[in-house]
Amino acid sequence: MSEIITTIPGINTAPLESANVKPSVETRSEFDVEINGTVGKPLIKNPKMSSRNCDVFYGDKQAIFNVDLDIGNNEIIAMIGPSGCGKSTYLRVLNRMNDTIPICRVTGQHTLDGEDIYGKKQDPVLLRARVGMVFQKPNPFPKSIYDNVAYGARLHGLASNRSELDDLVEASLIKAGLFKEVKDELQKPGTGLSGGQQQRLCIARAIAVDPEVILMDEPTSALDPIATANIEELMDELKESYTIAIVTHSMQQAARVSQRTAYFHMGKLVEVNDTDKVFTNPEHQLTENYITGRFG
Amino acid sequence: MSNSTQIIQAGLKKRYAKEKRFRLYGLISIIISFAFLLTLLTSIFSKGLPAFQQSYVKLDVELDAEVLGISRDSSENEIYSANYSKVIDNGLRTMFPGVTGRKQKRDLKNIVSTSADYTLRDKIIKNPALIGTKQSYWFLAKDDIDVFMKGNIDRNLPESDRRIKDYQLVWIDQLLAENRLEKRFNTVLFTNGDSREPEQAGLKGAIVGSIFTMLVTLLLSFPIAVAAAAYLEEFAPQNNRWVDMIEININNLAAVPSIVFGLLGLAVYINFFGVPRSTPLIGGLVLTLMTLPTIIIASRAAIKSVPPSIKEAAVGLGASRVQTLFHHTLPLAMPGILTGTIIGMAQALGETAPLLMIGMIAFVAEVPGSILDPATVMPVQIYLWSDSPERAFTERTSAAIMVLLGFLVTMNLVAILLRKKFEQRW
Repeated sequence: MSEIITTIPGINTAPLESANVKPSVETRSEFDVEINGTVGKPLIKNPKMSSRNCDVFYGDKQAIFNVDLDIGNNEIIAMIGPSGCGKSTYLRVLNRMNDTIPICRVTGQHTLDGEDIYGKKQDPVLLRARVGMVFQKPNPFPKSIYDNVAYGARLHGLASNRSELDDLVEASLIKAGLFKEVKDELQKPGTGLSGGQQQRLCIARAIAVDPEVILMDEPTSALDPIATANIEELMDELKESYTIAIVTHSMQQAARVSQRTAYFHMGKLVEVNDTDKVFTNPEHQLTENYITGRFG
Repeated sequence: MSNSTQIIQAGLKKRYAKEKRFRLYGLISIIISFAFLLTLLTSIFSKGLPAFQQSYVKLDVELDAEVLGISRDSSENEIYSANYSKVIDNGLRTMFPGVTGRKQKRDLKNIVSTSADYTLRDKIIKNPALIGTKQSYWFLAKDDIDVFMKGNIDRNLPESDRRIKDYQLVWIDQLLAENRLEKRFNTVLFTNGDSREPEQAGLKGAIVGSIFTMLVTLLLSFPIAVAAAAYLEEFAPQNNRWVDMIEININNLAAVPSIVFGLLGLAVYINFFGVPRSTPLIGGLVLTLMTLPTIIIASRAAIKSVPPSIKEAAVGLGASRVQTLFHHTLPLAMPGILTGTIIGMAQALGETAPLLMIGMIAFVAEVPGSILDPATVMPVQIYLWSDSPERAFTERTSAAIMVLLGFLVTMNLVAILLRKKFEQRW
């Protein structure tokens, strides 16, 4: 058998080197590499949202350690990292969704357009109207498609009469790429749509409030590949008008849709750079280990 | 076959036999329960159905102006207080001449109920032109006649063992022969309030009293209970000692004997706040205390079961906590809340003990016109009638039970319809 193999070019069947040889960098344990501050470009000029010295605690357990990060206007920034590294927790800091969890404590300075979002004067309801969120599992309300999209607008009084509301609902559904499929069935329940349609409905619902930033927490992880492709195409169109921060488990997705990528590891922000650079020439060892699949 | 398979096969017969026996036990249990239910319903219905019929007697009366003491032009007051009793008496004497002795004369008058006088009076008031004419009217028969007509007095017994004497039997037979004695649907049961005379006793007072009391209970307990449940689930600080104590106390209150709430009503509502006794208001207040824990516990379970993803979506869009509660949580929790409310209301409808201390276990003859009038409720009426000595009240007690059961079934139907309306699938 070995005679056949040695005749095929390119395959090296030389015996292994002795065990005394020092192992190369690639095979060292991940825990040997230290994280001393964030490498790359976490901070940018004129950010849309920014965080400095962000710490998040769940009771006594600390989940996020000293994160400094800027999110630019009209860009898509992807947050990647292994499970439990804190990327969803950080995302929820940005629209104060962690307020709903009693044992969660957030510290640091966080701003939207330069204003402190955790200030005493800042109303979280108003913040969430400016910073919308799309969740991992599509969660349309058990109401009609029309009422789903119109809910936020009715809540905040964005339309003064029925025809304005109709226009707003139609515009949001068009922007979310769902209108053509549902335009004759607006009174049907939102929960009767397929998974991909439901997620687009949730995006339309978030857009209807006219936010400035849209946070997406693993929006396509519960969808099939075709629905995923639809949503990614949608994100590309949306970035013209909105700033988008997306948490994703799929590195391929991050590479496809985002302009900047932030890599989180065990609650610490390891590296932030242009997406191309992160995936072809990462600066930090841990980033390289992650994207080459040493661990997930 | 392997060794294990042989062991298994050997044990299979026993296992199947066990299963068969278990299923048999289950079936027997169901049959026994059904048998009890059937016995209960049959006994109630068989005893109560005769009460829906009432005996009436047709009499010819001469509306003589002299006997009455009024004329066609008399004032309303005079017509009201004319001597109708004599007119009826005369009518009876004409039909049965030769009745002598005070006892027999009195028994002759007792062929018709004491309400006959008022029946006649109401007819004359409506049409004074009848004065001076001869008319035939049907009057309510006395309860002894009615009991005999329904076959509950055996005419073959010796006279001293019967309530109906031989001479009365003669009259009854004559009336029957002349088609002047018949049974009709008992509308009195639903148009009159309570009365000492069984043939005049009706459920209207108790039904209206129950409706008023239930209304007060529902309007008070439902909002308070739902608000308390919503607060405890959504807004109260978790793991707080005081909140935990409140929760424990609410759960315990659901098991407190209901008469204690009656004592509380007496001490606090009547003595301290001066709420009038025996009214649907105080009855409703006491029953509210009793049903609150039931509805709170059911509502909390229903609110807890609303999926958090819906609430997160609402909060993410910028809804405040109260808006999330009213727009999403409560509508989705409604089926469970309504179930708890049905159970609570059904309990309250049948309660008698707490009403003891606040004065609703009483003989109330008038139909209440508002929640501040003295009233009684259906279970109390049943209890009072079951306590009465007259034979005719036996069937009326069962009839009242049937009406109460009908009430309950109707309430359940309404609540089930409401629940279906609110049920959504997500």
